[in-house]
Amino acid sequence: MSQGIEVVGLYVRDQDEALSFYVEQLGFRVHTDVKNGGYRWLTVQHPDQPSFQLGLFVPGPPVHDAATAQTLQAMVAKGAMPPLVLVVDDCRAAYDRMRERGVEFTQEPVARYGVVDAGFRDPSGNGWKMIEARR
Amino acid sequence: MSREPESQDPALLRRLLRAKDRMDAASHEDWPVRRLARVSNVSAAHFARSFKQAFGVPPHRYLLTRRIERATALLRDTDRSITEIAFETGWRSLGTFGRTFRDVTGDHPSAVRERARASAHALDRVPACHVSAAHRPHLTTAVSEKRRRGADDNIRPHQQEA
Repeated sequence: MSQGIEVVGLYVRDQDEALSFYVEQLGFRVHTDVKNGGYRWLTVQHPDQPSFQLGLFVPGPPVHDAATAQTLQAMVAKGAMPPLVLVVDDCRAAYDRMRERGVEFTQEPVARYGVVDAGFRDPSGNGWKMIEARR
Repeated sequence: MSREPESQDPALLRRLLRAKDRMDAASHEDWPVRRLARVSNVSAAHFARSFKQAFGVPPHRYLLTRRIERATALLRDTDRSITEIAFETGWRSLGTFGRTFRDVTGDHPSAVRERARASAHALDRVPACHVSAAHRPHLTTAVSEKRRRGADDNIRPHQQEA
């Protein structure tokens, strides 16, 4: 595939913390981690999805003024950012594994309408739905 | 007099969100301010005011709204009696449930159930919308495909004119 979406970014409060969460607790891999002055371009990848990168960005200069950065940080921290969905083969097994690694779950796995789903947040407050893929 | 609202510390907001999440996960449980304040690691005196500033409603009001949402879904999706639903969603008295339900939705639980039943087939898939939406790639593709084709049809004559 040569055309399509390559990177979608999340705002996080701290890139080191987010990196450790997405890599160590969720099992993602680092794709790019480069610094340019105070700016750090950081993306991670799901191991099964080499064509897509999840960007982990901190609101702030040079992209945002202080007041805008503060507003964005507040929006993330109060869970106001759009929903994210992670598809897994086995929601309950993934839940057990991730909880053991300290992931903050907001909803235990629930089966409804033939689909098992759970909910968790990253340390910054971004909310994820974890849905079991239909077989 | 308009006053710039003081901005809240993101670290505090993140902890307040935890209390909101806990209410979402178990809205049928009792959530006195002291319990919520402990989840957020702030003083009880601080909690209610900070929560309202962050989320626009006082914590107790938020909890009641969530309970009513759940009750509405159960009225729509199950055959359980209104009394059963009231107790299942965390109310200790049917009277309080009925009053709060009317206060939040402007209608009686029984009327909401009747209306939901009347349009039952239309609502069939509504409660699962969030989950299903993530599972409907084929439908989405087909719709956007149709739309794109439609757009192409519209564009071509226009381009010929120009």
